[in-house]
Amino acid sequence: MKEFKYVITDPEGIHARPAGLLVKQAAGYKSDIKIGKNEKMADAKRIFGVMGLGVKTGEEIVMTAEGEDEDTAITELEEFFKANL
Amino acid sequence: MITLTGKSVFGGVSIGKLSFYKRNQKVIKRSHVDDVEAECTRFQEAKATAVSQLQELYNKAIEDVGEANAMIFEIHQMMLEDLDYIESIENIIRTQEVNAEFAVATTADNFAQMFASMDDAYMQGRAADVKDVSERVLDILCGVGEGVKQTDELSIIAADDLAPSETVQLDKSKVLGFATMYGSSNSHTAILARTMNIPAVIGLGESLSPQYDGQMAVIDGFTGTLYIDPDEETLAVMQEKREKDLAQKALLEQLKGKENVTKSGQKINVYANIGNVSDVGAVLKNDAGGIGLFRSEFLYLENDTLPTEEQQFSVYKQVAENMAGKKVIIRTLDIGADKQVDYFDLDKEENPALGYRAIRICLTRTEIFKTQLRALYRAAMFGNISIMFPMIISIKEIHKIKEIIAEVKEELKAEGIPYKEDVELGVMIETPASVMISRELAKEVDYFSVGTNDLTQYTLAIDRQNSKLDEFYDPHHPAVLAMIKMAADNAHAEGKWIGICGELGADLKLTEEFLKMGLDELSVSPSMVLPLRKRIRECE
Repeated sequence: MKEFKYVITDPEGIHARPAGLLVKQAAGYKSDIKIGKNEKMADAKRIFGVMGLGVKTGEEIVMTAEGEDEDTAITELEEFFKANL
Repeated sequence: MITLTGKSVFGGVSIGKLSFYKRNQKVIKRSHVDDVEAECTRFQEAKATAVSQLQELYNKAIEDVGEANAMIFEIHQMMLEDLDYIESIENIIRTQEVNAEFAVATTADNFAQMFASMDDAYMQGRAADVKDVSERVLDILCGVGEGVKQTDELSIIAADDLAPSETVQLDKSKVLGFATMYGSSNSHTAILARTMNIPAVIGLGESLSPQYDGQMAVIDGFTGTLYIDPDEETLAVMQEKREKDLAQKALLEQLKGKENVTKSGQKINVYANIGNVSDVGAVLKNDAGGIGLFRSEFLYLENDTLPTEEQQFSVYKQVAENMAGKKVIIRTLDIGADKQVDYFDLDKEENPALGYRAIRICLTRTEIFKTQLRALYRAAMFGNISIMFPMIISIKEIHKIKEIIAEVKEELKAEGIPYKEDVELGVMIETPASVMISRELAKEVDYFSVGTNDLTQYTLAIDRQNSKLDEFYDPHHPAVLAMIKMAADNAHAEGKWIGICGELGADLKLTEEFLKMGLDELSVSPSMVLPLRKRIRECE
């Protein structure tokens, strides 16, 4: 399993639009992708799970990937967060 | 006459009958089913239909309101495809042996409840999205067909609130305006109404009762007022206001999407000047090709303290995103002279126009400048931002600016904060000095933009704050025009572009002259974009 931590800088937090983009991005991997905040984990391929975390600006999230393409997934997702959130 | 006030989301005046939005009434009953698998299939089919309807709506919305605003319908599709949502519905069908309608309605309530109980207003508002998508599935399951029955008459649509999908689906040729009881100016519906150019007032409260269905009404979208059963005087005033607005919109219809091209085929960019984020709507509405001057001062003037990097970043990012790839030229801080800010503690000066202002402040109080540059370089990731420096008089200043930019990038890199490496840099041509060294300046930067107000003031040595000098102040003075021509020739000699962002750019008597000089861009106030386009198209 691979993981990274990231502090959200987008002033609106993970609102609908980036949540949608994240789900789209995560759905492209074979690995299990999870996003978590304060120990609470959600499936990053599910929009309700991601939005349900209610991640706000300044909060730290952890992303994990487990599966055959976990290396690519984690590198690309980290880039995604830097560019979008 | 009844007068209701709410919040305006789009300017414009509409006069017509109120028509209350009638939703298809569905009563969802719980009923027992024997074949739960068949019921799950029924749900799956309804869901697939709903997803393909949303895909159509998405395509329609891209055309109507642009990709960024249309994305909500893509998110709606994701909600329907969400496994938690689907599993919940199928689970209810299987374990309780009930009909799909009941399972969908129950799941919708549960998920909406989850959002409603979150501790932030934005997420609470998303409960409406869950309901909206679920309603669609329910409509299909109940076989009531999509959407609403609109009356065939032109009317002002009144409702408690409208879901984004409802707004987009309306036959807009029959909609005069929107009036709703609830809703926020940041709701998707408000954004869509704005982008579709439909006068709309929201948040009118519960006094907007269905008993007024069919009555005459006037929406004044400029003030956020709804008049029901207006008296003659109000009607006359509103009619006049409406005609003025329509004349402007007619010009828009006629010229929107048309090129800024002369009869002989010479092209020029027409951009708009803005002083606040809220002006971006007017820029898009008037079909400007970009923002030629975004005065960043408002960020400093609005607050009692220096705006933070995050505040600035969020504003620049928002403008860049809203302009969706079109050029956004942001001018760095230009205070001093006639624009004073208390917390800067600037000394009183004998000659403020010739004093400590603009880039001179930035280059001596570099911490202020750096904060702004950090925000700009970060925001440049989100659109086509270019940066412009005011009041330049020497090459040395450009070198100093570039040094500071290099430091800023180095710091961002070290902190692991993403920024754009290559941002277009330009200077304002507003001092005679900058004109005289324009050949050298053009080697250093990507473009020039002429600030004609200051250039005139400095060229003619006339204080523009002193109204006694008005008779001597001649913006058409040959010296000023010669300055512009010289800067243009030097820019072009170095393969760089040049525009005007001062008031002279909107002076239709000079348009022909500017075209002859070969200027590449004119940036004017949003309301002047179309009159200027009209003038350009009349030129030879």
